[in-house]
This record gives sequence, structure tokens and C-alpha cells, in this order.
Amino acid sequence: MASGVLFAAAGEVGKGFIHERTSETLPCQAKPSHLFCWDWARQNIDRFGTPALQQFELVAISVAVGFAVAFALALLAHRRRWLRPPLLAGTGVLYAIPSIAFFLLLLPITGRGRETAIIALSAYTLQIIYRNVTVGLSNVPASAKDAARGMGMTERQILWRVELPLATPEIVGGLRIATVSTVAIATLAVFAHAGGLGTQIFTEANLHFPTSILIAGGIAMLMALSFDAILLTVQRFATPWRRVRAS
Amino acid sequence: MPSEEVTDERSNSGASAVRYEGATKRYGDSSVAAVDALTLEIPAGEICVLVGPSGCGKTTAMRMVNRTVEMSEGDILIGGESVRDRDAARLRREIGYVIQQIGLFPHRTIAQNIAAVPQLLGWKKERTEARTAELIELIGLDPELGGRYPAQLSGGQQQRVGVARALAADPLVMLMDEPFGAIDPINRERLQNEFLRLQAEIGKTVLFVTHDIDEAIKMGDRIAVMREGGKVAQYATPAEILMDPADEFVEDFVGADRALKRLALMRVADIDLWKAPLAYVGQPTAEVRAKLASPDVEVPYPLLVDSERRPLGWLSERDLRADVVPSRPDSPLGPLLDRDDVMRDALADLLQGEAQYAAVADHQGRIAGVLSVEIISEFLGSPEAKTEEHGAVERPHG
Ligand SMILES: Nc1ncnc2c1ncn2[C@@H]1O[C@H](COP(=O)(O)OP(=O)(O)OP(=O)(O)O)[C@@H](O)[C@H]1O
Ligand SMILES: [Mg+2]
Repeated sequence: MASGVLFAAAGEVGKGFIHERTSETLPCQAKPSHLFCWDWARQNIDRFGTPALQQFELVAISVAVGFAVAFALALLAHRRRWLRPPLLAGTGVLYAIPSIAFFLLLLPITGRGRETAIIALSAYTLQIIYRNVTVGLSNVPASAKDAARGMGMTERQILWRVELPLATPEIVGGLRIATVSTVAIATLAVFAHAGGLGTQIFTEANLHFPTSILIAGGIAMLMALSFDAILLTVQRFATPWRRVRAS
Repeated sequence: MPSEEVTDERSNSGASAVRYEGATKRYGDSSVAAVDALTLEIPAGEICVLVGPSGCGKTTAMRMVNRTVEMSEGDILIGGESVRDRDAARLRREIGYVIQQIGLFPHRTIAQNIAAVPQLLGWKKERTEARTAELIELIGLDPELGGRYPAQLSGGQQQRVGVARALAADPLVMLMDEPFGAIDPINRERLQNEFLRLQAEIGKTVLFVTHDIDEAIKMGDRIAVMREGGKVAQYATPAEILMDPADEFVEDFVGADRALKRLALMRVADIDLWKAPLAYVGQPTAEVRAKLASPDVEVPYPLLVDSERRPLGWLSERDLRADVVPSRPDSPLGPLLDRDDVMRDALADLLQGEAQYAAVADHQGRIAGVLSVEIISEFLGSPEAKTEEHGAVERPHG
């Protein structure tokens, strides 16, 4: 049974914890029809603190690593056109591997733990960020680059003073998509024994008692929305010229 | 002109002569040259217009100067110094660059755009700010617009900023590639006039590219008419090109209406005007009728003027039947021209006002004479229109 394999892979993290932690069985636990048990949530909310923090760290580190690599690759491809097709294909392949398979494939190579999860999660962000940086750079008006070159900017000055500032909306846009999707995928990090909110989702007990899944899912959603809101704010402050157009 | 004669390579106004010496450009492995052994001497402080049909190599010829296009053969000297010997980026910071697409930086304010080259040159903040403010004033922009972004400005305003940005570090040479090509006709005319006024003040050496012969005639101290393959068909003053086209190609390019185009080179003051019989308010009409009867009168109606000789209107037969000249003339004045008006504009005013003739005033608004359609058509038909040189469009330099 597929789910059996998965829960085995998820390991001991969440095994039977509901019964270990709660001495008496709450009334709503007995009824499987009950979607959400408030009493249980109140008593057990502190269990989610550490997994949420782990999840946050996984996302922040993975997106940062992914951004650094993808940004460097995009700048490389910007200078050397011939690198574009192989880079797009390469990042695309990484993105196409099913997430769980990725974690499981990495386990024999990099072992259990956070590094494995971070490698897989960063690999997923590469394609989105790489593509958005590339699109952002190619959307820069040719006339602005022509003027910049004609007034005596060096290639490096054109890149940092003209092209990258003008590509900011696309770059941050890529970061937003990458971050939000990484928050979701990072719940699977539990299969690499890297903790995270997945520990509160992938347990055998939850099949009959979804309250824990709902809480973990809710936290993940809030986390994704917060990341997105922060990045959106950064983008608005970093690109004041885009706000004036409406006026 | 032989190159030895040019001693004033770098005039004191901060402009440099530009000399093409067999400059040639072949793109890629192409065997045909986009610009073929171009040799041209542009004296310091003059506007040289490169004009010719699309694809003839104007842009290529211009871009070789700041090395945004690298020459295949030959050389270009600025103030006697080869551009080949210079670091390309440093060279470009000394050369103003204006393009049709303007190319303002959308993410920088107007002031920051203008300050771009001073910033590259590492000017101090105060100096840059002072220069920016000065340029915003020079191009007649509201200082408040300095803090706006390019997207908030009209096309005409943006192109003015483009010119200001190119002028910011007081370049030795300006390169302008169809700078007003994307602007509507009315604003283009305004921008052209503004630039000519500006040039009279700053006296830069300007390479100006256009495919519009009328613009070339208007803007150029000299015009290089180019033909396919980057060859110069004729390099001369606008008047020479209009009067004496070097060959059939130039003649075709200038157009059949070149006599008419010469009107763009003349001012009303350059032609002999008619004298109108003048009438003053309250003057006995008998005196006026006597003036009309004299044989050297060229205008059949008396022009009513005030005590300062400022024209008020035309008197009709009915006005003259009264005893004294009335204070309100029967027919309105119609178009009033200025002695400094360009002849082509004056003709346009006459045609637009459906008038056969119009009063011409001097700087104080006093009557200077009468211009008529007949005078202009006589001029166009005269051998003078085709042979005699009129230095009418001389602009003060420096
Ligand atoms: N980067 C390039 N690579 C190859 N060929 C080029 C390049 N730029 C221009 N050419 C060719 O060189 C010739 C001259 O082009 P150029 O742009 O200088 O003409 P132009 O007179 O400025 O034309 P237009 O009035 O259309 O702007 C043309 O045949 C053009 O196709
Ligand atoms: Mg061109």
C-alpha cells in the first residue's frame, strides 16, 4: 500500500503521538465525522511551534540558496547566449521530478536530514527564479541599454544600474512564486527526516483524525501568505517608478 | 575644404572638430560596406546633418564616432585625436548621445537621468545638482518635473530631457540620431527651433542624422547627402545643395520643389518688400487718395497705422469716401508678419489667411513693408532664386 510506504518513510516522528500525549480521549476524538476538534487544538497547539520554525528555516534557506544559484546562472546566460537552452532544460528537468521521489532519491546519496531537504527544495526554486530573472533582463527596453552604452557605461554598470533595477519586478515576482510553492513542498521534508510541518500531517493517526492536518495546513498557508506579503512590500518599495504610472 | 586649413581643431567654446578619414564599416563577413571610405570634415561648433534614404548608412556613420559601432577600416579624429586610441567608455562620456527612442531610464527621475554622465564621471554631488538644475532650466522644463519619472512626461518633454542628458557633462561633440523623428509635427517644429536657439548659445559640434530633407535644410550648417552603400553624394551648405545639386541623385532627393524649399532658408527681411500707402486716423482722405494715385505705389489699398506707425487695418473704397480717415478700418489687418519670420512660414501664413498680401512689422511692431504672394512667386521664378547665395539662415554661434 502506497500510504503504508510513505508513513514508514516518514518514520517515527509522529507515530502514535496523539495517544501518548493525551491521557484521556477527548469526546470529539471518538467521532471520526468530526472534521475539527477545538478541544484537542487548544490542548495541543504548542506541538506545532518547533515544526513551524523548522518549516520557516527550510523555506528561507532553500529559497536563499536557490536564488543565489539561479541568479548566478541567469547572469551567466545573459552574457553567454549559448548557455541559455541547456540551462533552461537543466532547471526544467529538476522542476519536473516529482517532489517525494526527489526526497527519496536523494536519501541514499546525502543521507537523512536538513541538507537533503534543502538541496531538493532549492533545486525546485531554480527553474522559476532562473526563468524570471532571464525574462526580466530581456524585457529591459533596448533603447535604455543603447542610451546607457552610448553615454559611456561599461557592461557591468549597464547590468547593475540599468538592467537589474528594471528587471526587479520580474525577479521579485519569481521569488514570490518560488517561496509560496516552497512552503507547500517543504511539508514533504519530513520524508527526508528534516522536520517541518509535515511531521504533523503525515501520521497514521491523522487518517482518522484530521484536526492536526488542518492546523498544520493552516500554519503553512499563513506562512506562505506572510512571505508573499513581505516580498510584495519589498517590491513596491524597490520600484517606486511603477507606482507613479497610474497617477 | 583641404584639411590643412583647419587649425581651429578645438574651439574655446568646448567643441571639437570631427574628421572622418576613410572610415569604413562592414558588418560581419558582409562584402558590401554599410559605410564606404567616408571622408568628411566637420568644423567645430557646426551642425552637420547626415541625410539620405533608409538603410544608406547614416546611423552606422554616426555611431562609429562614439564606437558603439566599431570601424572596419579608416579613422575618425575628434579634435585631432583618433577615437581608436581611446577607451570606448571614456570616449563616450565626452560625447553627447541622443536617439530617436530617447532611451530615458524609466527607473530614474528626470534629474537622475540628466545626472547620469556626471555620475559616471564621479562629479561631486553639489556640482551635479547645480548642473542638473541649470539644464532643466535651459530646456525650459518646470523645475518641479525634476523629481518625476519619465513615464509622467509627454514625448516632447522626454526628448528635451534626452537632449539635456546628452549635454550634461558639456560634451565636445553631440551625436543625434533622428532625435525628433518620433515626435508629432507641431512639437517637432518646436523642438527644432528650441535646439537651434540652444545651439546658438552652446555652439557644439553636432552630427545630426535624419531622413527628412526639410529637417536637414532647417537644422544643418552643412549637409552630407548620403546614398546607398554609405557614400557621400554631396557635402555642402543647405543653400548650395538646393541651388546646385551635385548629381541626379541629390536633385531627386532634394525634390522638385527645391526652389520652394529655399524659402526655408530665407527670412522676410531678406527680400525687397512693397511699400504701402500709409493713412493715419483723422487725416483728410484727400491726402490718402493723392498717395494712392502716385505711380510708385505697389499696394492698391492704404494701410491704416496708429501714431507709432503700428498697422491697424486696411482702408476700403468706402472708408475713403468719408472726409477724414476713420479710426476703425473697414477690413481687418489679416496676417501680420515679422521681419524675422522664415519666408516659408510667412507664405504659409499668407495662404492660410487667404490674403494676397500682409503687413510686415519690425521688432517694435512698426510697419516695415508689405509682403505679397506676388513677391514670393516672382522670387521663385527669378534666376536669383537659383543662383544667388542668400546668407539668410546664418545663426549666431558661440
Ligand atoms: N548590426 C548590424 N548588423 C548587420 N547589418 C547592419 C547592422 N546595422 C545596420 N546594418 C546594415 O547596414 C546598412 C546601413 O544601416 P544604417 O542603420 O546605418 O542605415 P540608416 O541610414 O541609419 O537607415 P535608417 O534611415 O533606416 O535608420 C543597412 O543595410 C543595414 O541593414
Ligand atoms: Mg538609422
